[in-house]
Amino acid sequence: MSLQGNYLGMSLSIDDLDKENLTYFAHCARHDFHLQKCDDCGLLRYPPTTGCPWCASPRATWTAVEGKGEVHSYEEVHHAIQPAFKAHTPYMVLLVDLDTQKGQPSEHEALRVVGNLTLADGNLAPPEAVRKVGIGTRVRLAFSDVADGLSLPQWTVDTDAKQPETPWRYPQE
Amino acid sequence: MPLPADQDVSTPKYLRDKYAIVGVGETTYTRGSDKTTRALGTWALRNAAADAGIKTSDIDGMLSYSNNDSTSATFMAGDIGTRLNFYMDCVGGGSSTEALIGIAIGVMEAGLCNCVALFRAMNGFSQVRIGGTGARSATPVGGDMLHSRAYGWQSAGQMFSPTFMRHMYEYGTKPEQVAMVKVVHSEHASNNPKAYYKKRYTVDDVLGSRIICKPLHLLDCCVETDNATAIIITRADRARDMRHTPALIRGIAGRCSKPRMDMHYQAGPIARVGGYFAKDILWPNAGVGPEDIDATGAYDAFTFTSMLQLEDYGFCKKGEGGDYVSSGITRLGGRRPNNTSGGHLCEGYTHGMNMVIENVRQLRHDIDDSCPMGPDGKRQHTYDYREGGCRQVKDIEVTANLGWANPMTGSAMVMRRG
Repeated sequence: MSLQGNYLGMSLSIDDLDKENLTYFAHCARHDFHLQKCDDCGLLRYPPTTGCPWCASPRATWTAVEGKGEVHSYEEVHHAIQPAFKAHTPYMVLLVDLDTQKGQPSEHEALRVVGNLTLADGNLAPPEAVRKVGIGTRVRLAFSDVADGLSLPQWTVDTDAKQPETPWRYPQE
Repeated sequence: MPLPADQDVSTPKYLRDKYAIVGVGETTYTRGSDKTTRALGTWALRNAAADAGIKTSDIDGMLSYSNNDSTSATFMAGDIGTRLNFYMDCVGGGSSTEALIGIAIGVMEAGLCNCVALFRAMNGFSQVRIGGTGARSATPVGGDMLHSRAYGWQSAGQMFSPTFMRHMYEYGTKPEQVAMVKVVHSEHASNNPKAYYKKRYTVDDVLGSRIICKPLHLLDCCVETDNATAIIITRADRARDMRHTPALIRGIAGRCSKPRMDMHYQAGPIARVGGYFAKDILWPNAGVGPEDIDATGAYDAFTFTSMLQLEDYGFCKKGEGGDYVSSGITRLGGRRPNNTSGGHLCEGYTHGMNMVIENVRQLRHDIDDSCPMGPDGKRQHTYDYREGGCRQVKDIEVTANLGWANPMTGSAMVMRRG
């Protein structure tokens, strides 16, 4: 079955042939983050693919992965392009290194999972929260629920984690 | 010209200098062309043929690229009165120019045709805006795009910024260094009568302009314009009979990419760009290295894109791009000027074509600035680079174009004066 949803007034869909994305987002809808783990080389991958980018094997098993990590890079959008985001500027796009599998297969790799900075409830974070986050901030997964079988994984500050004294931010505020 | 001893090459050496760019042409760079992309494209193609000194009917091969925002070769060919032996319209944006010149050489080498015209026609301001503003911005988001567009991560600036930000974090690159790319290109544009923006900007102007997507200010981003551009490629032995000194093609790398093109941030250091891999094809193919290059055309969709490519192609050490672009090297009169036309930041946005066109004219020693015309119909260049003055690089012999699609994919080309 194909999936349709509406998020911030933006139409989202997944085709019924797209088994990989349907499965990925169905796990997210249960607020239970899963990634494909290669049956041959054992490495996880993100986002969903039809084969292992590290060994080319088509065989994989969806595996629960802990949704914790550290901001590897970020941007802060002040001029939104899509109408859905115009009311939410400035918003943050985070590229987060998961703790799981960090430094594999080489020291330069990590599962770098994209998401907006949100509050714990999955709503986009307000400007005062955006100003406190930068490279090095510890974050955990949150979810924005869109439709039955479709939630977007997002990132929120991990209040239980030890945070860096000052995360690295672009020098001009 | 003296060139270093041949290195190990992947392109057969006999293809070096065997093909040349013999004609270049463009429309005016405007906002509001009041013309279809078909009308713009045929205008540029006619200009390029006239520039080469050939009849449009001598063109028997045609290549183009677009993102469903242009007119295909099938409508252009008849409008310039020619019949084609080969044509292909490709999907693509930045990095297509050099890659398609490589394809042109390939099809001529294979005997499919003799003279290829490459064009890019776009109403990049008044119809389909590359940044996604307008109708494109509200399109439904499906499938694999859920991992990017659903996060407001869609336009070029948005998609590239994690690379830019991480570079600043890892290497201490400063905003005022990056801003110098715009400053220098605006100086060049002020000596280019064709440029859409001819005003000279300062570092304070750039850093004082509004933030679009941090780390990008408005003036870190290129201009959006309506225009068409065309380049004519043929065998060098045929080029001898044409109007201008040919720009001989030494070597090309085409759409060379980082791993994980579905989301390149998954692999390798993310402050590294496609040029890291392309350089190992470009320099051996061309038989020259960065030190031999007199001028660069490093794609400036953003200030950062010029800087990152100059770094990864080896014009400076990795991480020292900020120093390189703010040192004066890239300025007219400097050791190795970059984007002497003003590039995408100032002249106009053409998806890479105008930077190749500029270097072709530089290699002819006949750049179209405001210097006085001599009795032979060529400009008498003064090499006075003050505002409104000369734009010709003195005694230029070898150029490099570094085309950018995104942080993961680049194309490049070395040309030399024939």
